[in-house]
Amino acid sequence: MRSVMFRFHVCAGEIFELKAELNSDKKEKKKEAVKKVIASMTVGKDVSALFPDVVNCMQTDNLELKKLVYLYLMNYAKSQPDMAIMAVNTFVKDCEDPNPLIRALAVRTMGCIRVDKITEYLCEPLRKCLKDEDPYVRKTAAVCVAKLHDINAQLVEDQGFLDTLKDLISDSNPMVVANAVAALSEIAESHPNSNLLDLNPQSINKLLTALNECTEWGQIFILDCLANYTPRDDRESQSICERVTPRLSHANSAVVLSAVKVLMKFMEMLPKDLDYYGTLLKKLAPPLVTLLSAEPELQYVALRNINLIVQKRPEILKHEMKVFFVKYNDPIYVKLEKLDIMIRLASQANIAQVLAELKEYATEVDVDFVRKAVRAIGRCAIKVEQSAERCVSTLLDLIQTKVNYVVQEAIVVIKDIFRKYPNKYESVIATLCENLDSLDEPEARAAMIWIVGEYAERIDNADELLESFLEGFHDESTQVQLQLLTAIVKLFLKKPTETQELVQQVLSLATQDSDNPDLRDRGYIYWRLLSTDPVAAKEVVLAEKPLISEETDLIEPTLLEELICHIGTLASVYHKPPSAFVEGSRGVMHKRLPAQGTECPDVGNAAGGSAPEAAPSIIPSQGDLLGDLLNLDLPAVLLPLFNTNCSSYGILYPQVWLPAMKAKGLEISGTFARRAGVIQMELVLTNKAMSVMTDFAIQFNRNSFGLAPAGPLQVLTPLGPNQTIEVSLPLSTVGPVMKMDPLNNLQRQVFLATWKDIPNDNESQFQIQDCHLNSASNKLQGSNIFTIAKRTVEGQDMLYMSIKLSNGIWVLAELKVQAGNPNYTISLKCRAPEVSQCVFQCYEAVLKN
Amino acid sequence: MIGGLFIYNHKGEVLISRVYRDDIGRNAVDAFRVNVIHARQQVRSPVTNIARTSFFHVKRSNIWLAAVTKQNVNAAMVFEFLYKMCDVMAAYFGKVSEENIKNNFVLIYELLDEILDFGYPQNSETGALKTFITQQGIKGQTKEEQSQITSQVTGQIGWRREGIKYRRNELFLDVLESVNLLMSPQGQVLSAHVSGRVVMKSYLSGMPECKFGMNDKIVIDKAGKGGVTDEVGKSTSGKQSIAIDDCTFNQCVRLSKFDSERSISFIPPDGEYELMRYRTTKDIILPFRVIPLVREVGRTKLEVKVVIKSNFKPSLLAQKIEVRIPTPLNTSGVQVICMKGKAKYKASENAIVWKIKRMAGMKESQISAEIELLPTNDKKKWARPPISMNFEVPFAPSGLKVRYLKVFESKLNYSDHDVVKWVRYIGRSGIYETRC
Repeated sequence: MRSVMFRFHVCAGEIFELKAELNSDKKEKKKEAVKKVIASMTVGKDVSALFPDVVNCMQTDNLELKKLVYLYLMNYAKSQPDMAIMAVNTFVKDCEDPNPLIRALAVRTMGCIRVDKITEYLCEPLRKCLKDEDPYVRKTAAVCVAKLHDINAQLVEDQGFLDTLKDLISDSNPMVVANAVAALSEIAESHPNSNLLDLNPQSINKLLTALNECTEWGQIFILDCLANYTPRDDRESQSICERVTPRLSHANSAVVLSAVKVLMKFMEMLPKDLDYYGTLLKKLAPPLVTLLSAEPELQYVALRNINLIVQKRPEILKHEMKVFFVKYNDPIYVKLEKLDIMIRLASQANIAQVLAELKEYATEVDVDFVRKAVRAIGRCAIKVEQSAERCVSTLLDLIQTKVNYVVQEAIVVIKDIFRKYPNKYESVIATLCENLDSLDEPEARAAMIWIVGEYAERIDNADELLESFLEGFHDESTQVQLQLLTAIVKLFLKKPTETQELVQQVLSLATQDSDNPDLRDRGYIYWRLLSTDPVAAKEVVLAEKPLISEETDLIEPTLLEELICHIGTLASVYHKPPSAFVEGSRGVMHKRLPAQGTECPDVGNAAGGSAPEAAPSIIPSQGDLLGDLLNLDLPAVLLPLFNTNCSSYGILYPQVWLPAMKAKGLEISGTFARRAGVIQMELVLTNKAMSVMTDFAIQFNRNSFGLAPAGPLQVLTPLGPNQTIEVSLPLSTVGPVMKMDPLNNLQRQVFLATWKDIPNDNESQFQIQDCHLNSASNKLQGSNIFTIAKRTVEGQDMLYMSIKLSNGIWVLAELKVQAGNPNYTISLKCRAPEVSQCVFQCYEAVLKN
Repeated sequence: MIGGLFIYNHKGEVLISRVYRDDIGRNAVDAFRVNVIHARQQVRSPVTNIARTSFFHVKRSNIWLAAVTKQNVNAAMVFEFLYKMCDVMAAYFGKVSEENIKNNFVLIYELLDEILDFGYPQNSETGALKTFITQQGIKGQTKEEQSQITSQVTGQIGWRREGIKYRRNELFLDVLESVNLLMSPQGQVLSAHVSGRVVMKSYLSGMPECKFGMNDKIVIDKAGKGGVTDEVGKSTSGKQSIAIDDCTFNQCVRLSKFDSERSISFIPPDGEYELMRYRTTKDIILPFRVIPLVREVGRTKLEVKVVIKSNFKPSLLAQKIEVRIPTPLNTSGVQVICMKGKAKYKASENAIVWKIKRMAGMKESQISAEIELLPTNDKKKWARPPISMNFEVPFAPSGLKVRYLKVFESKLNYSDHDVVKWVRYIGRSGIYETRC
């Protein structure tokens, strides 16, 4: 029973022929005809004209033919909704068929037909199928609820399907449970606060039981769902971990990674001195290593995840360096990832081996890989002081190869080594200077110029070297220009007598002939410094430089925590939060690691309970914290209210304000920021259309903050297809004000009732230290935090306050203030406990400023 | 979840396209073709994001399989699914090739409808699928048969159907190992590991309960300590047991039982399947040692001498030995002398390939070659890829031994003794490289 694919175009004649065959009396002929139709459909030809004829073939007891017709229906029903109705009867009838395979097929297909009229008819059959005696039908119906929800969420809620779906979690058949979990998890994603999954110890127990019995895919659904649960205490956390650990031996890598995710997350809650904690750490290493013997694509996913795990808990894999050694015929994407992890794991114990490997890699063929390997050698030098000398000599060997990109990469890293270990390796400068002419990449040129400037007093011909760069000053990139300017000023301060002419030349190039504001500003600053106070100039320009950090490319801690919660998923592959690549609201809820149990009083500061000694030494920028707020749908305009005294702020995540689909291809994303005391609207305009866009202008609607542009929108050049432009628009607050109801405060009774209604789990307590205020409540009121009641208990003032975020989230707060004590205690209760941390930060900011 | 699945031939023509989610449009098919298959530069990641749509792809010979999504899906699951999809197709119609796909496209659509529902993978065991997705169409099933199918597809033992009967109950057990090595030119082991698989072919009646035992150090130490089986403890003490770094099991194995008691018990699928995979790194028997010597004589000549030594019992024979010595790109001519086997310079592969049919243990053989080079002004030095080796030996380089495989079937009257069991060990080279 073989059929042939048809590759020629569907012409009228062919359609006619197919029509005749479809209406043939012979079953075989009919089936062959439908096959031909499907073949044409696959290659993208339009065979929708045959709709009525194909639907006519639906009434058949031949299952294969039926499936083909259904496939056709799924593709074309949307374009022919009126005719699709013709199929409804057959569907409804099939849902009653004695054969469970046919019942399931009907309900499965119906859910895929996104036509309102059909959806209406789907409800009754679906209700029956959800309670079908056959598990095969039930498991299909469970997924169908998710399909229906995607088409019409309201309908699913009104019809009570969600409750039926919840009941299926207790089904006797493990596959039904797994599919119900998958469907519920998906639906829950679009209702972040609905508590739809309602995970509690009982339901968790059911899931864990089903975990042992269902298919590999079902295990993944269940584990991914478990990862969203927050255990009540460390005991519960441990017992779940114990029951999940056996999954680490599963042959399916996805099951293993999902189990790792659950364990990584729940481990946070375990006290570190617990024996079990150590055991669990040991158990995690072998399965992670085993993932590296999977197929290369899976290795890639595993390595991206291991990269995160190594940053979060370096102790797990610290003895496994060797497995990350690159194999000669690994695909390039695997090689690059392995290299990254090698550097992270490099330590004094294994540095000799690592260096030998890196040296080997630096002679490979792939340019990117070689560059990364050279850079890695430099990073080892910075990370492990004992190895620095060997690293430098290895780099010098590599420079001797004269391979252009190797030399340039080596010079860039040597600059960092000089910074880390001043006055130690300057003997190599002569070798570096020999390669001056071969440098054509800005980064390498800038690095070399920096070296010459920094060590000008030891390089005899420093002035000649720098002068040679000056000739093509205006053709250099900004990076090089800035570096050159600074280097020559350094040189002048060190050898003032011979280089006066040179410094004047560069200052005039930078200030008079350049239209780059950064360069001009820097030029003027130097000029004035040199002309007014050379001693001060020396102190500024030749100041001691701050230390450079040992680790580079570390993921910012809050993002890392979020990504750990997404192990195994695309987010962990991209190293980006889902909101960065998922459209719409689905799945953009930020996940966080649970905080460690009751023993740890400063839950807020620990931010997930990571041990301070293990925490990487980078400072989370406040901008990212605000980013968290932003992604919880807090409008950016509210932020300035909380931060009235800050003159400038880090960059907030830009949000897509206008998707390209709605604006004929123009996508606008943006954010608000306060820079130098001025509110700025920062816009990113992207042209996703095919043609050039010009003549941009902007107008503000009347709004409650009176925001209005303080100048015109500066988009001067036309925006070509696929081009992106960033603009920042200064704003003033003197525009027309739209009167709106203020974010209101709560009534006393309502406050009390709500306080009681919110489960105690959602309460979190924070300390605000060193606060000297006469009236905290007035100060807070100024930032829209309202005091509802106040009582005094044993010399302590208890202030009860409420805040409403503009997306409707209420936060209730109890502030304890003791007279004479500058430390305040604040308890926050909220239905969305994720915001508590951010609200606390805002409190702190408001009270302290 | 998975929003759509496409299969392309090497030219980028769509052979199969199945869309599961509304957010995936028809243009996704073209986006992948243009940006990945026809991309000017080779794609450097198996996951590609094009206009907020993520594409996962794997290649089988010249066929591209791509899964598409707009959500934050479980990436590992998507790849596992794509591999599984290839396995299922191979089980139905053999090699995954353009011709086979075209000839079976109706079947593939039917399979895709069954194993992926709204982008969620469903039961994809070929054993179960073959009971109700056939190219013949299902004829006249009785009600019992139907419910048997559905309970198998959704059941706890989805991989085996009831009522299997064999006249002769037989079991074939293959321990297949691949030994991997990376050695420095000085003979220092940089990394070595064995990845092994236990592949089983079972032809057993009924629903047999099996128990598999091997010389796992943890089990044997435990048994020795407990003093339960003194005899076992003695005979397998010392070097006899091996330390397994990690193992993974077929879904038929009860993982919780392994976790608590470290015993491997299961109801096997019918026919051939992979019972377990494991990895060891300690006390590996490296069957061959390669000693390279490369000397550059001036700028236009290289002298290469390679000695291989076999390192196992003299009574055993290694087979299919092949040593591959890379040569520079500017090689103009090669002269080879070898004591044993045949050696040839293959210009197209830039390597000297030396083949020996058989070699006993504790022997040594040598090849020497003179490589003439064309003078070049290429500044870049030759990367000197490692010397790689292939072979097959009739033992397990990890030292793994099968201790027992017990079969219990309580309902049918055959006992463990009636089952005919065969065990075979094969050690092959994985990536077995020596740098030079």
